[in-house]
Amino acid sequence: MLTIEVNNRKIEAKSGEMLLDTLKRNGITVPTLCNMENLFPTGACRMCVVEVEGERALVPSCAYPVRDGMKVQTHSPRALRARKTIIELLLANHPDDCLYCVRSGHCDLQGLANELGVRERRYSGGKNEYHVDSSNPSIVRDPAKCILCGKCVRVCEEVQGVAAIDFVGRGSKTMVGTAFSEGLNVSSCINCGQCIMVCPTGALREQSYIKEVLNAIADPEKLVVVQHAPSVSVTLGEEFGLKPGADVDGMLVAALRRLGFDRVFDTSFSADLTIMEEASELAHRIRTGGKLPMMTSCSPGWIKFVEEFYPEMLDNLSTCKSPQQMMGAVIKSFFAEREGIAPDKIFSVSIMPCVAKKFEAGRPEHSRNGIPDIDAVLTTRELARVIRMRGMDLQSLTPEHADTPFGERSTAGKIFGASGGVMEAAIRTAYHLLTGDELPGLKVEAIRGFDGRKEAKLEINGTPIGVAVVSGLQNARQLLEEIRNGRDDIHFIEVMTCPGGCIAGGGQPLNANPDAIRARMQALYTIDRDEPVRTSHGNPSIQRLYAEFLGEPLGETSHHLLHTHYAKRVVMV
Amino acid sequence: MSTITGQPAVQPDIQAILDRYTDAGRDALIPLLQEVQETHGYLSREAIARIGEHLHLPASKIYGVATFYNQFRFLPLGRYHIQVCRGTACHVKGSLGVLDAVRQDLGLEPGKTTRDGLFSLEVVACIGACGLAPVICINGEFHANLTPQKVRRILDELREEVENEE
Repeated sequence: MLTIEVNNRKIEAKSGEMLLDTLKRNGITVPTLCNMENLFPTGACRMCVVEVEGERALVPSCAYPVRDGMKVQTHSPRALRARKTIIELLLANHPDDCLYCVRSGHCDLQGLANELGVRERRYSGGKNEYHVDSSNPSIVRDPAKCILCGKCVRVCEEVQGVAAIDFVGRGSKTMVGTAFSEGLNVSSCINCGQCIMVCPTGALREQSYIKEVLNAIADPEKLVVVQHAPSVSVTLGEEFGLKPGADVDGMLVAALRRLGFDRVFDTSFSADLTIMEEASELAHRIRTGGKLPMMTSCSPGWIKFVEEFYPEMLDNLSTCKSPQQMMGAVIKSFFAEREGIAPDKIFSVSIMPCVAKKFEAGRPEHSRNGIPDIDAVLTTRELARVIRMRGMDLQSLTPEHADTPFGERSTAGKIFGASGGVMEAAIRTAYHLLTGDELPGLKVEAIRGFDGRKEAKLEINGTPIGVAVVSGLQNARQLLEEIRNGRDDIHFIEVMTCPGGCIAGGGQPLNANPDAIRARMQALYTIDRDEPVRTSHGNPSIQRLYAEFLGEPLGETSHHLLHTHYAKRVVMV
Repeated sequence: MSTITGQPAVQPDIQAILDRYTDAGRDALIPLLQEVQETHGYLSREAIARIGEHLHLPASKIYGVATFYNQFRFLPLGRYHIQVCRGTACHVKGSLGVLDAVRQDLGLEPGKTTRDGLFSLEVVACIGACGLAPVICINGEFHANLTPQKVRRILDELREEVENEE
């Protein structure tokens, strides 16, 4: 332990760490626009400059290792002036049209301009001209609002292993762009939206489908149904001032009804359905010597990643559609028939923690007879916007239950929202399928938590089964490389595109800190601990759907409605 | 890492260049880009994809590096490749007006090629002909003491030359 003096008070520092990390741990806030937790500092933005005694110039605290006995002033007039000037210079080439910006209120640039007391446009002159890239169904890029902090570039390359974007050009003409400055839609972008989550401004945002949804609700010809993903109920509350991890499931259902949705379904139900199919598929592959390791297929960013970077492993992907698409398929088949409505009269909406789900819904694989199974996808953030637009107070709503026939879920479907959840749910059901018994304790501790890679060895009916859970595609890439190089002790792999799973998805509330994301995960496992129906095969609504409509898992109807396959995708990678 | 799979066979000369850079790391990127451009006149998509695959670098990164430098272009050269000197002497003698005249006449930004493939434009720092300022170089031939009017006339003559051929 080292002792350093900050603002005339002594604090403890760890040897080898950067000054900014010491300050943060000791509750001293120094702003930064480019620093990223767990990644090497770049010192790009210079917002974190502080005065260090003995140094001639201000130093960037993010990239300055602590020294025993060093004396630091974090908010001296000189440091504050430097920070304010940086913000003023950034604003000189920024549209500063905050009233029109979707990020207003969550924007770091706006927040700092306010904190530092920027009250006039001190630098004026020509601004660069840019074009908005709205080519991608998930993500919109507005380079005019970009401050070139580089966080999107880094998350794309270092966390997701995709590197769809980088700095293009030089000097004042520099911008973030794709190879050959093409639209994001034809790039190697996997649509995960982690770039949106790290963007300090409104330069990156989700492609919004709020208008389409509101128009459908207003259309008397349409039956508008909605499903909400497992993680949404434990994150939406944050948008309305509840503490992270608060489960607002019943209020969410009530809000959706008041917005005018005719039916409210729970994607956790179709997550159970996914598990029935996926666990059966795994058991089938193990029994018949099929392609292993089997890899989960619920995370659409991951699917596109395999199509682009590992096309030779496409057969390892489970053929199961994602829960969103399974729900979409049974809504416009079983449900449409049951209600006596033509599928094209149903407008099917999903509320997702994810922007890649918008891309997934538009995939040709997920349309039948030219009718898409899902018509529009809204993120958690967009739903919050609609709820606010309608002047609703989420907290004052009386909780309600979702509708039959797709409203009842097990907690196995609910834990899909956390990295490791799909695997655990699948193991519970696969164990039952292979042994006829229930998994003792219904818990696989080793695959819970936030590690980017988790592995476990199980034994079912005397057969050893190796499972691996990864989140963040750079972790997935490493695992796939090991498998390419001959590793063969793993039978089943769960991959979530976003680090930690859907609870940290690209459509979730912004500015969440690691503790908030931890609380979201905890909330899902608390639900799992406290409720009686904890296996997908134990969900009575699932049993009924198989009895009345689907027959059996992997059966003919399932094959047509619930399974698909993917093909190699040609892009610049 | 970079591939455009499903594309026609690799141009043999790219392979020949890559073969001279076996086991090369990312530090070989710029010499490789220079050699490829020297051979092809520009950096094609395929070339960038193949270089990326060879060096295990993403295409976006290679494009980022290549756009950092003025020397790289991403479109084939035109039949007439026009280099406008923007060095100090040429600047003092009015090369900005000459450049603007070319840009307006051809509707072309530096680094680009006209759709008919006739003209391509490049801005260079100094071509060592300061005594002739302002100077441009078309396919290696120098045109001295230019004015906007003179450069327009030169472009018209080149167009006529092509028309007469047809």
